[in-house]
Amino acid sequence: MFSYQFDWSVVTSGQYFEWLVSGLKITLELSVWSIIFSFLLGLIIAVMRMSNVRPILWFSHAYLEFFRNTPLLVQIFFWYFGSYQILPKAINDWLNSVNFEFAAAVIALTIYTSAFIAEDIRSGVRSIPKEQMEAARSSGFSYLRSMRYIILPQAVRLTIPPLINQFLNVTKNSSLAMTIGVAEITYQARQVESYTFKGFESFTAATLVYLGLSLVIAGLMTLYNRRVLSPMMGGK
Amino acid sequence: MIRFEAVHKWFKDLHVLNDINLHVKQGEVVVVCGPSGSGKSTLIRTINKLEPIQKGRLFVDGKDMSDRKTDINRLRAEIGFVFQQFNLYPHLTAIKNITLAPIKIRKLPKKQAEEEAMALLERVGLADRRDSYPSQLSGGQQQRVAIARGLAMKPKIMCFDEPTSALDPEMIGEVLQVMQGLAHTGMTLMVVTHEMGFAREVADRVIFMDYGVVLEEASPEEFFRNPKHERAQLFLKEILSPMH
Repeated sequence: MFSYQFDWSVVTSGQYFEWLVSGLKITLELSVWSIIFSFLLGLIIAVMRMSNVRPILWFSHAYLEFFRNTPLLVQIFFWYFGSYQILPKAINDWLNSVNFEFAAAVIALTIYTSAFIAEDIRSGVRSIPKEQMEAARSSGFSYLRSMRYIILPQAVRLTIPPLINQFLNVTKNSSLAMTIGVAEITYQARQVESYTFKGFESFTAATLVYLGLSLVIAGLMTLYNRRVLSPMMGGK
Repeated sequence: MIRFEAVHKWFKDLHVLNDINLHVKQGEVVVVCGPSGSGKSTLIRTINKLEPIQKGRLFVDGKDMSDRKTDINRLRAEIGFVFQQFNLYPHLTAIKNITLAPIKIRKLPKKQAEEEAMALLERVGLADRRDSYPSQLSGGQQQRVAIARGLAMKPKIMCFDEPTSALDPEMIGEVLQVMQGLAHTGMTLMVVTHEMGFAREVADRVIFMDYGVVLEEASPEEFFRNPKHERAQLFLKEILSPMH
């Protein structure tokens, strides 16, 4: 009844191993760029969300609701298939020359994730006592510079645990990029499976890659939090 | 230096500042006292527009605070403000708390800002705590760092909003001594406090408030020996001998 012959050598050596390694590289690139951009964009949206200028407030609110409440896969398709028809030809030509699949995936992941990160940062900011803003403003800092030098550095520290979650989500969500032909690890695992019919081995390899990546990200951030950030905030 | 002209302020229906007329001259040390809820904290917070006023005019260093053309951030840099709860930046060390505004706002080179900050830490007796985070300092030490932070901007005015009220009794003296030292340098000080010893020894003038109104304005000798208003008499009696 259990006649399947395991052959792990398929995924640990040779051509297929190289496919998987190149997939891992693309997954890493996708994740790192999306994490960096979504964090920066999330910061900006969070600050906009706390503005008292009405149009900025409305825009950021709409942005959050729109991108949080639509599926990531649809957003990826939208950027990949949809934007092609509305963007000027010059931009399309340029995008085609620089690996449009990869760019669309990073854009979709960045925008989708930034909405969640913005909300996490905003709740971090709200937990900073209002006296911190008063102290900053009394020294002569403008609202935005108070945010930049005094409030956000503290808020981001408090936001580390939910940020770890978001960064892990980015890494895992990057697997959806295979649907528009980005040759990341899931795509490559699928390829290996198609060529070898060794589905169990190839997807076990992909699973272990995601698990490893996630554990490394979570570990690094926890370490950073413990070594660098906590002592500043009076923790151990 | 600071001039209130018929200043009013309301919190919803509550008339927290009622027709305030005051003039604080350059180099003067003015102590504001009164029962809690009298409006004294609100009064001092209007000076750097942490609380906006709704009627009347307020001039600080010759600038009209309610004029939209007044650059409020630039004016605030000229006013040191010390809070009851210190409000140091918890993510920065003592010296970074002090140098942040001079570097970012005054555009001082880092090295010069640090030298000046060290001189200030020396002055408040905390040179050895330069690399401590606020959470590693006692209340009295935090407040002295906060004073140094205010002084680092070389302000024309220093405002103190109940600077010793959150401190354990044995730490009050160290903070008051720093403030007394400041008064002797000829800086303009406005201090909201219940420390009547400080008022008696350091103040040029004492202002007594209640219900948002300035009820009495006198020299310390006059105020303590012969308070005119009955509310002030009661206040002094309660604060100087609370058991009777």
